[in-house]
Amino acid sequence: MIAFWILAILMIASAVFTVTARKPVYSVVGLLANFVCLAAMYLELQAEFLAVIQIVVYSGAILILFVFVIALLSSGVRPFDVGPNRAPYVLYPAVALAALAFAGIAVTALRTPVAVVQPTGVTGAANAFGSVGDFGVALFTTNLLPFEVTAFILMVAVIGVVLIAGDDDAVTGSRRKKRRPGRRESIVKTPNVTLSLSKGGPQP
Amino acid sequence: MSVSPDNFIALSAVLFFIGVAGVVTRRNPLIMLMSIELLFNAANLALVTYARAWANNAGHIFAFLVITVAAAEAAIGLAIVAVTFRRTPFVDVDEVSALKG
Repeated sequence: MIAFWILAILMIASAVFTVTARKPVYSVVGLLANFVCLAAMYLELQAEFLAVIQIVVYSGAILILFVFVIALLSSGVRPFDVGPNRAPYVLYPAVALAALAFAGIAVTALRTPVAVVQPTGVTGAANAFGSVGDFGVALFTTNLLPFEVTAFILMVAVIGVVLIAGDDDAVTGSRRKKRRPGRRESIVKTPNVTLSLSKGGPQP
Repeated sequence: MSVSPDNFIALSAVLFFIGVAGVVTRRNPLIMLMSIELLFNAANLALVTYARAWANNAGHIFAFLVITVAAAEAAIGLAIVAVTFRRTPFVDVDEVSALKG
């Protein structure tokens, strides 16, 4: 009970910090706090496997990707900082819409109360609700097709990323020229880094 | 489940609207992508809450699929941001209007 409220306050605070942070790096820190609190919330909801997945995939993979891109984009070039603030334009309609939608959710939730079902089995047991065994059986038997489709989606994503961000050589299949020794890219923070980044990839 | 599912759903809605506010007001592409991650997580919280309330792990499976799609979306979105930024350094996503027609 108390854990829920502490986690809820932490999650809302970190989410607000993520959205209002001055620089993307601060947003990443706020998002990390939010994800960890959400994993704890999953534990409270007896979704043990999802809590672990949340930490591993979100905090371990996606956030690291964000940090890498921030480090790549903001090294040497002008500070990758906030743009103009658009909040005044959308403040009142956004608040009105959010209040309306929130009221709709509240009315719906109050009119149709959920009868909470107690899952069978001891919490934390090997095949209890939300454990790895329970999740795996459901994933590989009744939901096998969605799981396969997931693999397909990931493959499409990988191919898409290679096509979008990879070298042109990877797309056209042309052989890569040998890099001349002594003309390596400079990683020094100078304005020239902008130029070497804009050419795309290592210089021949 | 000592806390009513309604509280979890309300928390999920609050997080969702904070994320929407981030997508709408911020013009930094990376922070916009992070706000989209907030939206995904708010939806996941609702799914897991109802999975627990009805003691049915279909919600867990769906949350798992959402996490996978979020990973793919983050990878492709960040690749697009990186490539666009490589061509023309920008801070405001409204500066990127090459596809506007």
